[in-house]
Amino acid sequence: MSVHLSFRHRFPDMELALSCTIPNGVTAFFGPSGAGKTSVLRVIAGLETPDEGVIEIGTHRVLDTDAKINVPTAARRIGYVFQEPRLFPHLSVAANLRYGQARSTTRALPLGFDDLVTLLGLDALLDRRPATLSGGEGQRVALGRALLSSPDLLLMDEPLSALDARRKAELLPYFERLRDQLGLPILYVSHDVAEVTRLADTIVLMEKGQMRNIGPAAEIIAGGETGSQISRDLAGAILNVTIAGHDPVDGLTEARIGRQPIWLPGQVGVAGNQLRVRLDARDVMLMREAPQGISALNVLPVTVVSIGAGPGSGALVRLDHQGQILVARVTKRSVRALALEPGMPLHAIVKSMSVTPERVGTG
Amino acid sequence: MTLGLGPAEWQIVGLSLQIAVWAIMASLPLAVLVALALARGQFWGREVLNIAVHLPLVLPPVVTGYLLLILFGAQGPLGQFFETVFGLTFAFRWTGAALACGIMAFPLMVRAIRLALEAVDPKLEEAAATLGASRVRIFATVTLPLMLPGILAGTILGFAKALGEFGATITFVSNIPGQTQTIPTAIYSLLQVPGQEGAALRLILISIALSAGALIASEWMARGMAKRVRGT
Repeated sequence: MSVHLSFRHRFPDMELALSCTIPNGVTAFFGPSGAGKTSVLRVIAGLETPDEGVIEIGTHRVLDTDAKINVPTAARRIGYVFQEPRLFPHLSVAANLRYGQARSTTRALPLGFDDLVTLLGLDALLDRRPATLSGGEGQRVALGRALLSSPDLLLMDEPLSALDARRKAELLPYFERLRDQLGLPILYVSHDVAEVTRLADTIVLMEKGQMRNIGPAAEIIAGGETGSQISRDLAGAILNVTIAGHDPVDGLTEARIGRQPIWLPGQVGVAGNQLRVRLDARDVMLMREAPQGISALNVLPVTVVSIGAGPGSGALVRLDHQGQILVARVTKRSVRALALEPGMPLHAIVKSMSVTPERVGTG
Repeated sequence: MTLGLGPAEWQIVGLSLQIAVWAIMASLPLAVLVALALARGQFWGREVLNIAVHLPLVLPPVVTGYLLLILFGAQGPLGQFFETVFGLTFAFRWTGAALACGIMAFPLMVRAIRLALEAVDPKLEEAAATLGASRVRIFATVTLPLMLPGILAGTILGFAKALGEFGATITFVSNIPGQTQTIPTAIYSLLQVPGQEGAALRLILISIALSAGALIASEWMARGMAKRVRGT
């Protein structure tokens, strides 16, 4: 099932204009804040009415300003996960989950209540009140509540942005499992490179209310086509690391992912701190054999997840290291020379000095 | 146990409670509707409605009572309407006292309920709409339950106000023992007669006890309910 969008709306400070057909799978709306990503979701949900336009969810025409069709939110059959859980505080978790089940179903959810509760790990929470849940737990309940309303389309508006890195890492696997098991089109708004890289099948790049590009995630991340600033922003990855200690003699910080050390330049944070380290795709090198006698301090064993080639000379290789995604930008020639293919074990080399301070954020 | 009250005094207390309960029960649904209209509605005459509702709060009660007499008296247009259509007479009856008390308590109830409504997060109502709930279901299952502590506080506040109402009541339905005589008007009568200070004092103590009790109950219930709503 695809979603067809074509609308424009004038805000006091921006004009939002979008025209595209969104395929099945996870589509990420990516762009800087103020690009109008959230407004797109609100228009699709019927929480805002645009000046003019047409919206079709599958064959269901929910908006046609010329024909004076404007189906109310409740009848659009969409599920919406907001930035904050928005759980009903006077109802138990179980009652929150069942709130949307009253909706008559045209489309049977492949998972029942019990399956979904198990999948989202909510068994122990059912009798609790929302006020007693952590942010991550609340967002899991919100996701379950939206899915149990049997939507035709799931809208997710930065559902992880209010959470710290650890909670995010905890929730992402649930999202991935749902993406793989539900076969539901999901529109996902984010300005977080790691989330988008990890979840999206299709990416819509947005800037100042306009769509800059749409295409398969691998191609857009490879960024060969437009070379615009936002697509360059996207070509990279964020690693979540924990500080293990400092080397005052060499002026380095030792961080770790699991037992794997990552050396960062400078004296950053205190031991035990969580850090987010952004690695640009062009700063990551790939080798088939473990390198010997090399100046780069960081050599990470990785597995190839996917290889995306744009129309240019470059290719973007997504790599898995202990469940975290790294991205390496290499030439197409190198992909051929190394005979890269998904599942292949490799060594990723990251120069410590490429991790400049602005690429290190607190967890 | 009679608390030293005679049957006449018990009758006054009973009648006062009856008047106040009816006044609040009849005006509560209307107060919720008006609060909704004022907080959420976009319609012509919203400001006029706002002023009309709040007028009894600032008008001299004797003026409100006189206006009621003109409108709802035996010869008044609304009085004749209710008499012929519903067989309901207000003039110099306990029903008239209930009407006067209801109108005097109305602005207090509307204000409390409106505050409660404005405190309900519209984001939760949006979330309910995305889950397929109709506007009626959203109101019944999200908005109303979250407003309940405020509605309750407004109700008890209105009830205490109705119990103590004096000026509009005595102007509209006079001060007829057994018919329209409430605790405040009875105290007033007793104070006019030398040697009745003892009887007046007993009613005054009852009045203080009822008012303080209502305030304590309102605090206690609102707190408990707010706790239940927040779920902590």
